[in-house]
Amino acid sequence: MSVVIVNYNAGNVQSVIHALNRLGVEPVLSADKEVIQAADKVIFPGVGEASTAMRFLKDKQLDIVIKDLNQPVFGVCLGLQLLCSHTEENDTECLGIFDIKVKKFEPRLKVPQMGWNTLTQMDSRLFNDLPSDPYVYFVHSYYAEVSDETIAVTDYINPFSAALHKDNFYALQAHPEKSGKVGEKILSNFLEL
Amino acid sequence: MLTKRIIPCLDIKDGRTVKGVNFVGLRDAGDPVELAARYAEEGADELVFLDITATVEKRKTLVELVRRVAAQINIPFTVGGGISSIEDVSALLNAGADKISINSSAVKRPGLINELAMEFGSQCVVVAIDTRFVDGEHIVHVRGGRTATELRTLEWAKEVTERGAGEILLTSMDHDGTKAGFADELTSEISQMLPIPIIASGGAGNMEHFVDSFTKGKADAALAASIFHFKEISVPELKEFLSKKDIPVRLTQ
Repeated sequence: MSVVIVNYNAGNVQSVIHALNRLGVEPVLSADKEVIQAADKVIFPGVGEASTAMRFLKDKQLDIVIKDLNQPVFGVCLGLQLLCSHTEENDTECLGIFDIKVKKFEPRLKVPQMGWNTLTQMDSRLFNDLPSDPYVYFVHSYYAEVSDETIAVTDYINPFSAALHKDNFYALQAHPEKSGKVGEKILSNFLEL
Repeated sequence: MLTKRIIPCLDIKDGRTVKGVNFVGLRDAGDPVELAARYAEEGADELVFLDITATVEKRKTLVELVRRVAAQINIPFTVGGGISSIEDVSALLNAGADKISINSSAVKRPGLINELAMEFGSQCVVVAIDTRFVDGEHIVHVRGGRTATELRTLEWAKEVTERGAGEILLTSMDHDGTKAGFADELTSEISQMLPIPIIASGGAGNMEHFVDSFTKGKADAALAASIFHFKEISVPELKEFLSKKDIPVRLTQ
């Protein structure tokens, strides 16, 4: 199976590569349209700032490439937010796979949310064979609202979409590559889709 | 609910764990990778590797160590010790570290915090503050707490936050090594003043001390080294204890 990680200078993807290696997969890191299109599975990672990331994707015309993909795509962390329609982070238009707005947390608690929190109301094959309300590791200041496309909810300051699914697109706000055995299971579930 | 984090700290010298302890089943207590894997397995929420290697030459082994840790560990980890430039940080993050921690270099040149936050994002910039109570005031210290600076701890904590620190690792040198509990009053003051997470460090001697750190100290995470290394407390029993005291923690599932 060929797994491609979209390479768009969005932070450190080394830990995603390591996590896939531990599952016996050697991913390819690429920003090349044809390489991405030919992959069996595409992982769309991201740590960083949304408008910079969107600009980079547009410059490389990767925004169009990603939207047109038909194989399973997995957006992680900022990747989830960029698959939504809009984010308040520097008022950025995003890819619009999910018709959802991304908002900044009201700072009633510490922002970013940093640490382990639970996934609840899980409803997807992505979460097969997980314990109930498993813990995953989050680092984020912005969140996707809960919608019809929500497949897991986490509560921090308010309930938000911890995971989303529509057609061939899946996304997780937490970092599966840093979420212990639970994260590894989510990644392997994605690889089995 | 977001849980309180328990963070074992591993002191590294020349690529080996200092004060390594022979856990059952560990082939080599001095190997940081093996010890880290053991802590991760036991339910540690994050790990901190603090490099106390004296020479620059031997420091290069740190990047190699980080690469080995990152390949094996599936929880977040921070690397600190002797980091003073964007290049240092870039090498460590590219090797797979999730966060880096700076201390003396930030005191020497506070602009480094801004530069790192701009370049890599606040989420990976931890500023470590060593503090000691001197003549009625909390004063920032450097060189492992030996040298006093001109900086008042609360003001410095505020400044590093404004400059873009993502977290503060607050070590009370008055409490460190005493096993008499964390500096809860100071931790609480800083934690309530600032919008970023505070990791309490120094003074852990028993499980009640962690309860106090999270309740009285309002810490977001608590770090300890020797009590874990010397198996005085294990991570699973600590978490079980905290959970019974209604502190939200991630229990191993």
